Amino acid sequence: MARAATTADAFNAVAEPRRRQILDVLVGGERPVNDLVARLGIAQPQVSKHLRVLREVGLVEVRDEGRQRLYRLNGSPLKPIHDWVKNYEQAWNERFDALDELLEELKREEEGDDGDQ
Amino acid sequence: MTVISSGKAILTLPADTQILITREFAAPKHLVFKAFTTPELIKRWWHAKRGDATIAFVDLRVGGRWRWVMIADAGFEVAFHGEYREIVPNERLVYTEVFEGVPGGDDDPAVITLTLEERDGRTLLTQLTEVSSRAVRDMIMESGMEGGMQDAYDLLEEVAISLG
Repeated sequence: MARAATTADAFNAVAEPRRRQILDVLVGGERPVNDLVARLGIAQPQVSKHLRVLREVGLVEVRDEGRQRLYRLNGSPLKPIHDWVKNYEQAWNERFDALDELLEELKREEEGDDGDQ
Repeated sequence: MTVISSGKAILTLPADTQILITREFAAPKHLVFKAFTTPELIKRWWHAKRGDATIAFVDLRVGGRWRWVMIADAGFEVAFHGEYREIVPNERLVYTEVFEGVPGGDDDPAVITLTLEERDGRTLLTQLTEVSSRAVRDMIMESGMEGGMQDAYDLLEEVAISLG
């Protein structure tokens, strides 16, 4: 049970270096499994195992063409990771925007003190 | 009055246990420092217009404590506290930070290094948050998830670029 949970989402699926390598290759376009085996330099059963995990979380899709199975990347499950980083960044952006306004006021106050008071 | 935003905060994850935010401000560094260390000024920006900052306690000396509290518009309280470890006026602050409500937070605080560099009247702010583990970092970013976030993020950039 615990094992299933570790691969149940995109976060954990991409935590494994080999799986990231596979995705890196697929960024370049659709590939048959032989290609992935050649590029990664690991045995086909390992590659297939990783592809299975990536398919489970929807990061990789597969289709048959003739005798070949072609694998391609689907980036959308990575969106929560992107959102997670962006949310935190957004919170600080809002804070700093409020700070911008305050700093404008402080600058004017200082200018007032120096000059025409 | 129109306030010209000085830019956008840029967030990066330089290591598994770090969160780095940089941001430029159209003001000299002594004013930015003042805004970070003066209670009545902190109360005017730190809430980010998402609520009211109710407490901004600052004991600005090495070993001195700080505690900032806000009541968010949605009704809940958000509170942080910590201790100042290093103070270089107008240039650098090192302090610990604990998000209240997290069990054991005080045993394992984040360490924040804030640096201010001024050029032509503008200030580059660098805020580095360092934590003891990737898990704590993930928690800070309001997520219980674990895994290779930086790698995932790098990968995402690649994917985003490839999708055009």
